[in-house]
Amino acid sequence: MATETLIWLIPLPPVLAFFLIVLFANKNKALSHTLGVGAAGLSWLASMVVFVRALSVEHLGEHPFHASVNWLPTGETWFKIGVLIDPLGAATLFFVAWTIFMIFLYSVGYHNFGQPKGDHDRPGLPPHGATVTDAHGHKHTIPSVEPMYSRFFAFLGLFAFGMYTLVVSDNLLTLFVGWEIMGLCSYLLIGFWYGKPSARNAAIKAFMTTRVGDVFMLLGIVFLYSVTGTLSFREIFTNEELMHALGTTATPVLGLSAAGLIGLLLFIGTVGKSAQWPLHVWLPDAMEGPTPVSAMIHAATMVSAGVYAVIRMFPLLSLDPATMSIVAFIGAFTALFAATIAVAQNDIKRVLAYSTISQLGYMIAALGIGAYVAAAFHLITHAFFKALLFLGSGSVIHGMEHGVLHTGNHHVDPQDMFNMGGLRKKMPITFWTFLIGGFALAGFPVVTAGFWSKDEILADAFAHGHLAVFITLAVAAFLTAFYTMRQITLTFLGEPRTEEAKHAQETPWTMTVPLIVLSVFAVTYGWVGIPEHFPLLGGLVPNWFHEFVGSTLAEHPEAVPFSPVPLLTSLGVALGGLLLGWLVYRNVKSPAEDKLQLPVLKNKWYFDEAYDFLFVKPAYWIAETLVYKWMDKGVLDGILHFIAHITGVIGAAIRNYIDLRVINETIGDGTANTVKWMGFNLRPVQTGRIQQYMLASFVVLIVVGAVLYYFLVMA
Amino acid sequence: MIPLSWYLVLSALLFSIGLFGVLARRNAVAILLGIELMLNAVNINLASFWRYGNPAQMGGQVFAIVVFAVAAAEVAVGLALIISIYRRRKTVLAEEIDLMKW
Repeated sequence: MATETLIWLIPLPPVLAFFLIVLFANKNKALSHTLGVGAAGLSWLASMVVFVRALSVEHLGEHPFHASVNWLPTGETWFKIGVLIDPLGAATLFFVAWTIFMIFLYSVGYHNFGQPKGDHDRPGLPPHGATVTDAHGHKHTIPSVEPMYSRFFAFLGLFAFGMYTLVVSDNLLTLFVGWEIMGLCSYLLIGFWYGKPSARNAAIKAFMTTRVGDVFMLLGIVFLYSVTGTLSFREIFTNEELMHALGTTATPVLGLSAAGLIGLLLFIGTVGKSAQWPLHVWLPDAMEGPTPVSAMIHAATMVSAGVYAVIRMFPLLSLDPATMSIVAFIGAFTALFAATIAVAQNDIKRVLAYSTISQLGYMIAALGIGAYVAAAFHLITHAFFKALLFLGSGSVIHGMEHGVLHTGNHHVDPQDMFNMGGLRKKMPITFWTFLIGGFALAGFPVVTAGFWSKDEILADAFAHGHLAVFITLAVAAFLTAFYTMRQITLTFLGEPRTEEAKHAQETPWTMTVPLIVLSVFAVTYGWVGIPEHFPLLGGLVPNWFHEFVGSTLAEHPEAVPFSPVPLLTSLGVALGGLLLGWLVYRNVKSPAEDKLQLPVLKNKWYFDEAYDFLFVKPAYWIAETLVYKWMDKGVLDGILHFIAHITGVIGAAIRNYIDLRVINETIGDGTANTVKWMGFNLRPVQTGRIQQYMLASFVVLIVVGAVLYYFLVMA
Repeated sequence: MIPLSWYLVLSALLFSIGLFGVLARRNAVAILLGIELMLNAVNINLASFWRYGNPAQMGGQVFAIVVFAVAAAEVAVGLALIISIYRRRKTVLAEEIDLMKW
């Protein structure tokens, strides 16, 4: 099969699975997950074939796999949509395919497939466990299967479709379509347990917040189309004349060039999707969804899509230094800002959520300083180890829930790290894989992928003289290592702090296999991007990633020269942070002993409260007081009531002065009265006396006779 | 021979007396009498015009006999009505017979 045809087919299996599950298989759990996982597997297979073929093409950057069809007639030309796999697309497709497939597989175990139905589980709420009696007559509470199992795989399939569509698109419009499908799916999946008010609110919050960014992104797309007449990446980026014109045309906004303004608008879309400050607030709340969803949204697909979109638009962004500065600032600020919050969180998933925001800030900052390859590299390594960490945390929560079901004490929060401890003995596979993921996140030197990608960003920042960004990112990296070690220490090391943690259990193979696969990538993927000039290791393996992804750009970026400063910094912050995290938290037993639970960090710098005050409250005020009470009730209803009143007055006037007076009294009663009056007054004529009648007749006879005589005889 | 006009004058006088009786008398029997007088005045006219006209034609005499018959019938019915009213109302005065008056 031609590679282009294969690329067209990549997104299709998940969406087919979505429709099949929704229409036919929603009663059958086994069929549903077979369809879902099978579709993800097919897409994975197609993606791998495409990836391998892409590797074998010389100069893929100049001659990518590209096919397009005419879609919408636009006057004399056509708006084309199509697929494009260039080196960046191929690299992205690789990690997307792997993580999505692993998450599908993991979901089977996470939603307790094969377990009995819960005693009182209801759709829309997490399963509460089922009571079974064993052969000896003992009663046990064991995890029960998710009531809306099929629905989950349907949504997950649609989500995967959105992501694949986005990755293989050759133009901004279909990219945006995939982008919005994911927005919808994230809403549906965050609110998957819609019986919980917190999940409902989180779903709405995520949808609304990302919508803010999406509106700006759409504006950027429209602007780009109105200026260039095309949305195809290659048509824009390979047209040097057009790019030059875009870079030099001035716009009235902030003194940016057209390219800069378009880039900025598109970047705001990314700010929403990738949860960058100031639109980061939705991502931590999105942890209300099931853990595979958290992995899907916060590692493999949606947040990566935001970064992927800016990496795609990098040639445009890089035309305007002002936009690049804004991007670098937001990225670096978010990286540090989110890391500080993560330090004070106790929910195992929330720590990861903030670390995701922080790491995405890293990538954005890398792009802002022009480190194109480093950003893409970190995007991919991060996707692997963050998917691993999220799935690992899901596994931990699952194990803890097992303990909770065993003791029956439902007041213990299975997500609170202070309820854990000592899980390394109970859940060895989860522990080792989580350790690998955590060390990759912290940038543990040499062996983990996170080290190489972070080091490359730091080296780039240092080499290009962006010292402020360099220092900010270094501090953020230190905090990252610190809170990662805090998390590992609290969760896995030491002794169990609760009865539930003592009874935690390792999770089934469907959950541990994805962990192992992803942990392999979390280690080995770093080796494809080792800088050539790195001491000892450099040159052992060619820096394939730099060559490959770098060739996407028209001007291949130069590899940065080696400098010991960023290397030592990154070694120092990673090891220092890890060591400090272990030293501080190895003996901490309860949140009260945690010195870093500062209110300002605990409350996430009060951004939720500030937004509540600045946007939510005013919105409610506008809706309730201004629009409802004043505009609707007051003005509009006032006008309507006034019209009604006027109508009433006119009606009463017509009734009183026309109907009653003229019609009834004058015409109706008047006729009758006149007849009555005439009758009354003519009555005396009829006396009933026959002689009077005769007299009258006689008089008439005489008169008539006289008249006749006068006219007939005399004349 | 007495001229025709004398008969006619007599007839007119007789008719006028009858008419006066009909119009002026209150007693229903007297009104009936007045009617008789007028009928007989007509008879005089009929007989006179026959005699002074063409005696060979019998129309005048025949008409006079028809008038007799009508007068006899009228008196019979009229008197019967008057007697009947008198029995019920104890009066024969025309203005007191006002049962159907408003």
